[in-house]
Amino acid sequence: MLDDFLIRASLAALGLSLATGALGSFVVWRRMAYFGDATAHAAILGVALALATDLPVGAGTLAVALAMAVTVSTLAARGWAMDTTLGVLAHSALAIGLVAVSFVPGARTDLQAYLFGDILAVSKGDVGFIWAGAGLVLALLLWRWQALLTATLNADLAHASGLNPDRERLVLTLALALVVAVALKVVGALLIAAMLIIPAAAARGLARNPESMAILATLIGAGAALGGLQLSLWQDTPAGPSIIAVAAGLFVLSASFGRMRRN
Amino acid sequence: MSLIEAKGLSIRLDGHEVLSRVTLRVEAGEIVTILGPNGSGKSTLLRALLGILRPAEGEVIRQAGLRVGYVPQRLSVDRSLPMTARRFLSLPHRVADADAAAALARVGVPEVAARQMGDLSGGQFQRVLLARALLSRPDLLILDEPTQGLDQPGEAAFYRLIEEVRRETGVAVLMVSHDLHVVMAASDRVICLNGHICCEGTPRVVSTAPEYRALFGLGTQGALALYQHVHDHSHDHDHGHGHGHGHDHGHPHVQQAEHDHA
Repeated sequence: MLDDFLIRASLAALGLSLATGALGSFVVWRRMAYFGDATAHAAILGVALALATDLPVGAGTLAVALAMAVTVSTLAARGWAMDTTLGVLAHSALAIGLVAVSFVPGARTDLQAYLFGDILAVSKGDVGFIWAGAGLVLALLLWRWQALLTATLNADLAHASGLNPDRERLVLTLALALVVAVALKVVGALLIAAMLIIPAAAARGLARNPESMAILATLIGAGAALGGLQLSLWQDTPAGPSIIAVAAGLFVLSASFGRMRRN
Repeated sequence: MSLIEAKGLSIRLDGHEVLSRVTLRVEAGEIVTILGPNGSGKSTLLRALLGILRPAEGEVIRQAGLRVGYVPQRLSVDRSLPMTARRFLSLPHRVADADAAAALARVGVPEVAARQMGDLSGGQFQRVLLARALLSRPDLLILDEPTQGLDQPGEAAFYRLIEEVRRETGVAVLMVSHDLHVVMAASDRVICLNGHICCEGTPRVVSTAPEYRALFGLGTQGALALYQHVHDHSHDHDHGHGHGHGHDHGHPHVQQAEHDHA
């Protein structure tokens, strides 16, 4: 069954949406959209380093994404002007990554795959990596769920309840780096943040509680992933962008539905 | 032994000494109000007592196993985060539906359980925060300007609620305020703070202290007069419930106090 490329691609996309629904909800709640972008763009630099040193691409991506996520998280804790800082980091990471990749022989030809994903070419091993990473992220989030929510609501409130908001932020930082490493092959560095934010944003108007929003975001992400793959097969469009395009369509539907319900 | 005690507590933020050598203690069951102008370090003191800020000098001693219920000064629930009042009560510890309903009923907002936190009025929101704090069965409630943004009747009602809860559960209350009138009536003890403790004592003693007059002196004639007035007034009629009586009749004076203060 796994010999069919379409089955492998579908499994990879579904595995990713398992992690992006819940994590994406936190990204939206905590206004970490740019944070996601900076971390995802750093992945390109990770690719360049991995290729130059013959390490597995997954390991290189994870290492650099983690370094970027921790840097951003530390700066945020020190109260830097985050909008500007993140803008500088996100775009510099992408530019420096692209420059670095150009030094690696042979990598230029694959560049598009890293920027926009190459989900139709995932191997069995890739599928296993994606499910393991996504499963780990989901387990991490479920384990810390109550504490993460409290810290997201208000750091002092969390503190007074005996929680450590810094530790909870670190959990999210780690989860974000993992998702970036996992998602690179599926939607590519440029659209990872979109896969986090758009399904969660689409779920917002339909949800009354954090849990229902995260579950809806997961379902919308999965729907977008499968729908995008079909669109890609049918119209021969690039798969990663097709997935995000379908997610954007679902967002518009959800927003209009929410508006109708309010009127 | 005191529930919580600060000994020679000094706090520095960005190299600037916000609090210097503050010593205070809260005993079981008492209502203590920290009164001070803006920037006097009131919230900083609470955050140090909660263990959020690390003291530069001195220490905070908590009774072993002390349970603290905290009501923050201002909590904004981001519109992107859907959250019913019922769900909020279960953070970070899940509570049974019956307990949640009882807590909301106790603070006078049984009808808001299914409403979104962002849709509540200021008064309802503060009551839900209080309900959440009470659900942890605290020995000590810490409230940071809990009535900010409420109108005068709402404020008086909220303080009455705090007194009722104290009477029923014996919980100690430490709160911060800059509202002279209502606070003084509700407190066993008032501490005036302005970077350090200026004066301390029962409301009546503090309101006549020269340090207090120095701190709030200009333009607070109305508030001071009102306070005295409330007390005299209540003594004329009814010793036990004088405070509530005073609140109900205090509106014109309170308006004046606010004008004077501004």
